Formats: sequence, structure tokens, C-alpha cells
Amino acid sequence: MLISLAEIKQISWNGIWKQNSSLVQILGMCPLLAVTTTLMNGVMLSLATLLVMALSNFFVACLRNFIPYEIRIPVFILIAAALVTVVDLGMNAYMHDMYNILGIFIPLIITNCLVLARIEAFAAKNSPLASALDGAMMGVGMVWTLGLLGGLRELIGSGTFLGGIDLVVPGLSPIHLLPEDYPGFLVAILPPGAFIGLGCLVAWKNWIEARAAERENRRPAEPVMAGGCH
Amino acid sequence: MIAAKEPTAPGMAARTAAILFLFVVAFTAALAIVYVATKPGIDAAAAEEKMRAINEVLPKDLYDNDLLADTLKIPATPELGLDDESTIYRARLGGEPSALVLETVAPDGYAGKIRMLVAVRANGELAGVRVTQHKETPGLGDYIEPKKDKNKERPWITQFNGLSLDKVPASGWKVKKDGGRFDFVAGATVTPRAMVKAVHKTLQYAVANRDRLFATK
Repeated sequence: MLISLAEIKQISWNGIWKQNSSLVQILGMCPLLAVTTTLMNGVMLSLATLLVMALSNFFVACLRNFIPYEIRIPVFILIAAALVTVVDLGMNAYMHDMYNILGIFIPLIITNCLVLARIEAFAAKNSPLASALDGAMMGVGMVWTLGLLGGLRELIGSGTFLGGIDLVVPGLSPIHLLPEDYPGFLVAILPPGAFIGLGCLVAWKNWIEARAAERENRRPAEPVMAGGCH
Repeated sequence: MIAAKEPTAPGMAARTAAILFLFVVAFTAALAIVYVATKPGIDAAAAEEKMRAINEVLPKDLYDNDLLADTLKIPATPELGLDDESTIYRARLGGEPSALVLETVAPDGYAGKIRMLVAVRANGELAGVRVTQHKETPGLGDYIEPKKDKNKERPWITQFNGLSLDKVPASGWKVKKDGGRFDFVAGATVTPRAMVKAVHKTLQYAVANRDRLFATK
């Protein structure tokens, strides 16, 4: 039942890079378009999704032997939706300030097909611990991707960095990386900007992968290549 | 024996339906329990938030009564853009009426309704306006929230403070683009236009009904 170190490594690597939800699986586009207008928005929604995915994967993996194959999808959605509601109510009651910022995004988590995709692809076939880790690591992958995309859109669109951080950590204020009178670039803030930005990130990831593959192929001929990349 | 091992199609259907039903009952029950358990916390947080919102539009030295207790329910009021009943908070200082806090809605924002709290002093001046709920474009139309306004020293929404029907003629209650006196951010005119109109209407309503609203038990 316990989980081996190699398994942890593989699940983490898959979630964070190799099967990255936004860059490789291209799942969860709706929240991606809607919230990555700033770095903080992207990161906060990803963190909430991380929590829901870890919990729903865990519960489904625990109950997987009791769920008949034919009705697995409605049961999976029932479990995930119930957990989203629990997180929603719990945050509203005990972390109200945080809820005011994230509140509108939380019900949206259930529309993120990534949640169902990981339940179906992973949690329905694996142990609870490994499934919870898979959900969490997919969430980590989402955190950095949406954070990066949100940060880029925010910087290009409105010239700030960490806008809205004062809502999460009172006392801190956003940094104006570009001059105060930067006119802003509207396309970056609107949804098309998210698609263009995502396209660039996917290209960037594929470029890194291609370069790594090339290096792999050449290795016998040029063993000194390692560490020699710029 | 063999019949029992190979269930008929209706039998299978009944069995899966029963399992699905059990899951639904179990999770609905769990949700009901969580709902009941979190209700007091949510109510307390909502009341606190309401008070905080009121304190943003109404300076604390203008009243000494318990605002959440001295309220008046009014039915749907088209002048305030409300198609549902709403609450008016009545501020008194030493027993004398000092201000009204009204909930109001600008129905024609860029992305639907903009809900606001408007505080009108007994002398007809606006004490303050705050947006409580809106769906305007992030980074563009959301400067109506002082927290998101890039102008931190003099947020857009503070333009309303201290204005009254006497100080600003009816023609002035428009954004500058339409010949009025209110600033706006280029590229997002629909939002401030809707809000200026709604605040103007609210002020007219409050002034016209002031005595009735304060007197009603």
C-alpha cells in the first residue's frame, strides 16, 4: 500500500513537467483563460485546484473497489463536486478574506476537466496515497504554469508584477516593473492573450524537449556536451 | 445457482442504480452536515463583512447606533435598480437622523449588474460609494474598486464624496466624455457611465424619500 521513492519521483516529474496539465495535456483551458490575468490570480486558483484534486483523487482511490464501472463517471463527479462544495463552505466560514478573493473561482474548479481526467486516468487504478500525490503534483504543475502565464500577461498587459498580492498578504504592494505611465497592452489581458501566451509556453517546452532529445542522440559522439549548453 | 452468477440485464441495472443511489445519499448527507456545521461561521463572517463595507462608505463619527439593528426593508424599487427587496441602514447620531446607507444596482454595466452601497447624509450630500459586487473586465473596468484602482491617492470612486444635487446640476451627472464632470479611464467608459447614472438616481431617491425612510418603523 505504501509508495516507493521511484514512484514518488515519477509521479512528481509527470505532474510538474512531463504530463503538465496545461502544456501537454492542454486541459482546464476555461480557468486558464479566465484567471491568468495576474500572477496571483493564477497561483491562487491553482492552489485551490491542487487541494481539490489531491482530496478527490484520494477519496476516489479509497472507494474505487466499490464503484461499478458503468456508473463510475457520475460517481466520480459526485465525489469531486461534493469536495469542491466542502472546500467552498469551509473557506467561506473559516478563511473569509481568502474566500472573498478566490470565492468566484472555487465552484469553477468542478468545470475543470483536469479533475475528472486525473480521477479517471490515475485514481481509479492506483492506491490512495499515490493518487493523492498525483493530484497534488498535477496541481503543482498548474501552479507554476498558470503563475508564469499570469505573470507574463500581467507584465505585458498592465506593467505590474504581483498585482493583488495585498489582498492575500496585507502590507505587501504590487511592483511596477514598467514605468507608471505604461499604457498597457489590452490583448494580453483579454482571453486571446492567454491563448497566445499559452502557445508560446508550449513552444518553449517543446523546444527544451527537442533540444534534450537531440543531446541524447548525439551523446555517444560528443560526450562532453553535458553541461555545455547555453 | 447459475442464474444467480449471471445476473439479468434488469437485475444489473437495478443493482448499479441502487449503488449510485447510495453514493448520492451518502454524499448529500455529508454535504448537509458540512453545511450545518459551517453556517454559524459563514453568517458571522457575512455580518462582519457587511459592517466593514458600511464603514467604508460611512465615516464612523457620523453615527452612534447599531446599524445592523436599525434597518428598513424596502420592496423592489426600480429607482434603485432593484428588482428584489433590499435593506436600508439608518444611521443616527444622538438619536437624530444623520445618514442613510442604501443598496443599489447599476443594471447596465459592461458585464451585467454592478451592486453598490451608497451612503447619503441627512443634508443631501453623498458620504461615500462602494462597489460590493460586479463582473467588469479585470484590469480594465475594475478600477471602480478602490483596491484595484491604479490611482491609489485618489481612487476613481471617491469622486462622489461630498457631492449633492445642489452642488452638481442634473447635466453634470455624466462622464466627461458625455459632457459631465466625472473622470473615466479610456477604454472603459460603459462601467463608469452606468455607475454615475445609478448613483445619481439613488441620490434623488434618497433625498425625495428621506423623511419617510427615517420615520418608518
